[in-house]
Amino acid sequence: MAKVLMKGNEALAEAAIQAGCRHYFGYPITPQNEVTAYMAKRMPEVGGVFLQAESEVSAINMIYGAGGAGARVMTSTSSPGLSLMQEGISYLAGAQVPCVIVNIMRGGPGLGDIQGAQGDYFQSTKGGGHGDYRLIVLAPSTIQEMADLVQEAFDIADEYRNPVVILGDGMLGQMMEPVDFENIQKRKRDIPEKTWATTGRGNREHRNIINSLYIDPPVLEKYNYQLFEKYAKAEKNEVRYEMINCEDADVILVAYGTIARVAKNVMNIARREGYKVGLIRPISLWPFPKEPFEKTVDTAKAYLTVEMSMGQMVEDVKLAVQFKKPVYFYGRPGGMIPEPSVMLEQIRKIAGGVK
Amino acid sequence: MAVVFQKTKGLTDTPFHYCPGCTHGIIHRLVAEIMEELDVLDKAIGVAPVGCAVFAYDYFNCDMQEAAHGRAPAVATGIKRVHPDKIVFTYQGDGDLAAIGTAEIVHAAARGENITVIFVNNANYGMTGGQMAPTTLIGQETTTTPYGRKPEINGYPIRVSEMLATLEGTAYIERVSVYDVKHVMQAKKAIKNAFLAQIQKKGFSMIEVLSSCPTNWGMTPVEALNWIKEHMEPYYPLGVYKNTLEEVK
Repeated sequence: MAKVLMKGNEALAEAAIQAGCRHYFGYPITPQNEVTAYMAKRMPEVGGVFLQAESEVSAINMIYGAGGAGARVMTSTSSPGLSLMQEGISYLAGAQVPCVIVNIMRGGPGLGDIQGAQGDYFQSTKGGGHGDYRLIVLAPSTIQEMADLVQEAFDIADEYRNPVVILGDGMLGQMMEPVDFENIQKRKRDIPEKTWATTGRGNREHRNIINSLYIDPPVLEKYNYQLFEKYAKAEKNEVRYEMINCEDADVILVAYGTIARVAKNVMNIARREGYKVGLIRPISLWPFPKEPFEKTVDTAKAYLTVEMSMGQMVEDVKLAVQFKKPVYFYGRPGGMIPEPSVMLEQIRKIAGGVK
Repeated sequence: MAVVFQKTKGLTDTPFHYCPGCTHGIIHRLVAEIMEELDVLDKAIGVAPVGCAVFAYDYFNCDMQEAAHGRAPAVATGIKRVHPDKIVFTYQGDGDLAAIGTAEIVHAAARGENITVIFVNNANYGMTGGQMAPTTLIGQETTTTPYGRKPEINGYPIRVSEMLATLEGTAYIERVSVYDVKHVMQAKKAIKNAFLAQIQKKGFSMIEVLSSCPTNWGMTPVEALNWIKEHMEPYYPLGVYKNTLEEVK
């Protein structure tokens, strides 16, 4: 099959189906509605289940039940919907139920608007639900990468028995680009069998229980330590990023998702003007890639983080740079796009006229 | 030696944590006995609630999932859609099912989700120390209605069985109690019918069980059983509210 032209929302839905997802539970919300429409049409064709829940609260709990029963499951939503799902996400992480959660972000806070934005970085990477837990968060910047990462996300979820979040935005969900489903880029993994799933006891000697309740504090403490051993493994093995033109760069742009595409163009324009500019594009937002900063912090003069928010990832950039070099920020909230001209102006200012 | 009685295989050997005189234990046993009788223990997947029965996953001798407060019907929906041929049930209290989980129970019923719900109504939040539930009676004193439940402040108790029976998706709904032997036997029959409805793929089934809470009601176990009969039953009439079974046994 040649490349097909698809909307981001449709491509991610098709990628899920191709990854073996046969159970999708969701609730309508803009700008991700193409996902539900695609799933509603496509799931019956492949013998799968599409179910429109009565709320995001129910959708995420259906994910808990179905994921706990051993199925590859996915839900998708947009920012206000993800807020509603936080309770369920904490339980999913606590009970170690693998699943894929897609957030096609829009402007906030509150009802906000329906344009693409990046204001849910904190919520996704720092834990919007209660308790100590981590989600593996992947942020594609093209439709092809969306398709690749969605498929990878199912494998990661199963390997780690943990929810994986695909963090996109309204622009990425709505734009169309060619996608090649035959050459999906993903890692080879040993995915363990789901011997823990509640499938009915059958001939099994023991009962399987999906649960996050450990009423005895020392037992719960130990369970938390076990979870964090798993997260440590993810921090070691699941870091992803792209690094362009950083070897000789004085100013390094840092951006993820949609706005990383704009930043890449700005980098090229600045290079043509003679400024030595590079780009670090985190793909895994958790675990956050520290490595590209360790590699560049001695040679770069400064970093400029660009986000479609008032500045959230910039805090992780500062932590990664460890205050050894200045970290600047430029962003616009509310579904407005940071201007390339302003980025260029900032680069010129930071570079101090030095080319 | 001939065995004349033994504990059902539907329960594990874990001792119940329930208060003395609480009827959760009886209801657990009835559900477990029915699953054993219908020979579905090896394909049953239960969902435990948040409330007094939060540890139900330790007691029912089958695969179990522990749900967040009120979400058991959504969790059960997820399980049933993955395993349509398995027997999926929830076990929920009145706070869980009729307050925080109202949306989940109504829509599971409206979808005709082919699951069985055991709804234990003891007219208060037992686990958290006896607060007002949606099913608390008018005038009933709880820690959050110390002057008695007043309609002008707290509105009226919800009759869940009657409400859900209006939905097309429901297959079998009955309200029972366990305050004496006769009613325990009737409750067992009702629970069997509910599981049969699921086995016959008829749709959503629910048994509401009027249950006692001597600890939070401040009564002896016997007084509490009498209180169900004298105070709860008049407001929550026992009986079958929906029955689409092919053959009632």
